[in-house]
Amino acid sequence: MSEITVRVNGREHCQEVEPRVLLVDFIRTRLRLTGTHVGCDTSSCGACTVLLDGAPVKSCTLLAVQADGREITTVEGLARGSELHPVQVGFHEEHGLQCGFCTPGMMLVAAELLERNPDPTEEEIRWAISGNLCRCTGYVNIVKAVQHAARLRREAARPVATGGVG
Amino acid sequence: MSVQVQPHGGIGESYKRKEDARFVRGRGTYLDDVVLPGMLHMAILRSPHAHARIRSLDVSRAAASPGVVAVVTGELLAQHKLAWMPTLSGDTQAVLATDKVRFQGQEVAAVVAESRYLAEDALGAIEVDYEVLPAVTSPQQAMRPDAPLIRDDKEGQGDNHIYHWEAGSKEDTDAAFARAARVVRLTTHYPRSHPAPLETCGIVADVDPATGKATLYLTSQAPHAIRTVFALVAGLPEHQIRVIAPDIGGGFGNKVPVYPGYVVATAASLLLGRPVKWVEDRTENLISTGFARDFHMTGELALDEQGKMLGLRVHLDSDNGAFYADAQPSKFRAGLFHIVTGSYDIPAAHVSADGWYTNKAPGGVAYRCSFRVTEASYLIERLVTNAALELGLDPAELRLRNFIRPEQFPYRSATGWVYDSGNYPAALRLALEKLGYEELRREQAERRARGELMGIGLASFTEVVGAGHGADFDILGLRMFDSAELRVHPTGKAVLKLGVKTQGQGHETTFAQIVAEELGIPAADVEVQHGDTDHTPYGLGTYASRSTPVAGAATAVIARKLRDKARKLAAHLLEAAEDDLEWERGRFFVRGSPERAKTIQEIAFAAYTNLPEGMEAGLEGVTYYDPPNMTFPFGTYAVVVDVDKGTGQVRVRRVVAVDDCGVRINPMIVEGQIHGGLCEGFGIAFTEQITFDPEGNCIGSNFTDYLLPTAWETPRFECHATVTPSPHHPLGAKGVGESATVGSPAAYVNAVIDALWPHGITNLDMPVTSDKVWAALRAKGVTE
Repeated sequence: MSEITVRVNGREHCQEVEPRVLLVDFIRTRLRLTGTHVGCDTSSCGACTVLLDGAPVKSCTLLAVQADGREITTVEGLARGSELHPVQVGFHEEHGLQCGFCTPGMMLVAAELLERNPDPTEEEIRWAISGNLCRCTGYVNIVKAVQHAARLRREAARPVATGGVG
Repeated sequence: MSVQVQPHGGIGESYKRKEDARFVRGRGTYLDDVVLPGMLHMAILRSPHAHARIRSLDVSRAAASPGVVAVVTGELLAQHKLAWMPTLSGDTQAVLATDKVRFQGQEVAAVVAESRYLAEDALGAIEVDYEVLPAVTSPQQAMRPDAPLIRDDKEGQGDNHIYHWEAGSKEDTDAAFARAARVVRLTTHYPRSHPAPLETCGIVADVDPATGKATLYLTSQAPHAIRTVFALVAGLPEHQIRVIAPDIGGGFGNKVPVYPGYVVATAASLLLGRPVKWVEDRTENLISTGFARDFHMTGELALDEQGKMLGLRVHLDSDNGAFYADAQPSKFRAGLFHIVTGSYDIPAAHVSADGWYTNKAPGGVAYRCSFRVTEASYLIERLVTNAALELGLDPAELRLRNFIRPEQFPYRSATGWVYDSGNYPAALRLALEKLGYEELRREQAERRARGELMGIGLASFTEVVGAGHGADFDILGLRMFDSAELRVHPTGKAVLKLGVKTQGQGHETTFAQIVAEELGIPAADVEVQHGDTDHTPYGLGTYASRSTPVAGAATAVIARKLRDKARKLAAHLLEAAEDDLEWERGRFFVRGSPERAKTIQEIAFAAYTNLPEGMEAGLEGVTYYDPPNMTFPFGTYAVVVDVDKGTGQVRVRRVVAVDDCGVRINPMIVEGQIHGGLCEGFGIAFTEQITFDPEGNCIGSNFTDYLLPTAWETPRFECHATVTPSPHHPLGAKGVGESATVGSPAAYVNAVIDALWPHGITNLDMPVTSDKVWAALRAKGVTE
């Protein structure tokens, strides 16, 4: 057993884990943050994507012990209280999700993209999300959702009422 | 000050989805998110061989491994008569192998342990001694007289043949061919593919030792039908079984059947008195559950001098794997393949089909398709394009010459279908116009002159969806109706309960919109519930594009019944005669005095507080809808490709889709469905491949081999619509979830063949990979 300390969505967790436990299992079963999903076993699908120190990683491909001392953001950490992150609004407004299984990973990749590139082209968006598979949407509306989120972020300088979802 | 008006959410509005609220927050509840107190975890040992006799199985070391609670074997199940189970096509399938393994990945034993990690550890300690037998990996091998016998477990089964099935008239078709000026022939294999929803299949089985009640959390597209199947398979009383399908991460047909893992987990929970969870890993999903297609087809089209179609003849051999487990209506052995005459007025047609056992995974699920409609649509649309190119006619022109004309509907096809409605020329012409077809043909001619390869592919598909009618369509005898129960509460808010189950299609929004339209309660005030058999009326489930055609119709019917009662209540409240009342969405008013009105909310309150003498209280009802006929969505897809001569790489430049699914309830959701299908069709046409080596090893057993399209290579889609309502559906809707997977593969491949035709390349089987194209070009001396 190893002791690890990770900061997840702003909260510090100190836990004993078996060295072989995958980060995704640690997040899902220990922390009970089930918005992070498992879709394959080969780092192909990206359903398990989380942000590790701000960068997207596939949490099925890391051991929990490798996250020791680091900071993780999962889908549950995107919204600030009741205020949704612009990518969450964008996915709702543009019908960027259907079954919702790939959505957390897609949104985290998109959020990180917009941090470093506030006004991405369609090509840049498609390249950024190309490590994440979606079986439902054909990606058209995911691209629109990210563009929508980019617009919201740019407009965020001036105060506007943000639309809620559902 | 501006006031934001809430949209009503009626039919035709692109109302934003209600279900998004939980999904964008990561608060969906998928199967693997279900955690119960005391829950155990199961892992399955699978056969490494495609065909082998089990000489011995020793689980003693595994049983003694850390954290292991039980090891389940076929022998143990046999003591409870559970080693075999019935399939949806009336065959039998091994739950855990007792005698032989018949495909690679077949279930051999299962370990139940305190965690999945410990269960997986113990799998390695199970010892199996196999006597490897020669494998059969294609129908062509299976039909040889000396082929190894796969199903020696079945009494009277002396070969690998499963079924022979025919539709249409052989005599009429032979006569048509006898007088044909031209016969065009195409032999093609629609390859094995997999629905591969991003969430794999799984179960949490919770059999309460005190009450005997079995609560099964299940990734199921058809929870009610599955409950009945469980009652039949396991002998459990049906009222003691509760199936809960939680949020489902995509289904596409993969989540219709009952899989052995479900039965083993349920048996384990029953024996151990604790909940047992089993969730497939991706490889298990791809190698053992729910494959689709795998039809080897030969089609012949007879034409006269003018290119008028006279007859169609098709023979196909179906590769069904080791157990005949197609999920399809019981009267049709090759599904609804006999829709193969497609959009064309072909006076005579004959289809013959033979099914074969092979040492491959069973399945034959309708992957985003209404029971083999995809294979049929692919064959006729490829054949028509080849016919045009052989005759030197424009593929659009040949289609226009042979379409069923709008005035011919309802149209009876040569194989017996009665098409409800259609306007095929309009959809094709709109696609050509949006594409800029003539300009593209000019560009193609110029490029050809320069030695470049460019192609334009068309597919004018017609589907048959929305099963029943129940007298003709049943699964294991269960008639294919569907249901809706609507309860309007005193304050005018409503709950709608359905027998169908979403896997991402947006039922919680679309069905609320039907109520919003028909009963006038805003969609925001209608909660849709589904997936829990204890709390929803019986239904056959969501697959084969049947939710809107069947359950959507049920919803409209029950909403109208409640509106009839609401009229009586309104008459009472307004002290007016029923006949003097007019309905406008959301209220009844007295004709000529629109200010004398009662809203549906006021009426709902009265249903519980202020009733006329003799009227039953409440505003609730349930209905079971048996459709009078299928619906026939159609459209034209057009694809433009450029092919690199040096590498064989195909670049899809444009995809234009014109869909006619009748009335669109939520156009945003409809278009989303089409996008998804066009992407899956692209994958089938170009990237997704499950093959088998001569020993029956499955190649394509994970996402590094079975390549789903990513955002990078997936083309952009341009969607357009025509609207030809279904005359028999209460809302005029036809269903749309599968149109694009059905129609688009032929359009993609037709585009490639259109590019290569001048070089004598008349067919390439899917997936049309670069190496296949390159090899074909090289064989014709086009490239080095």
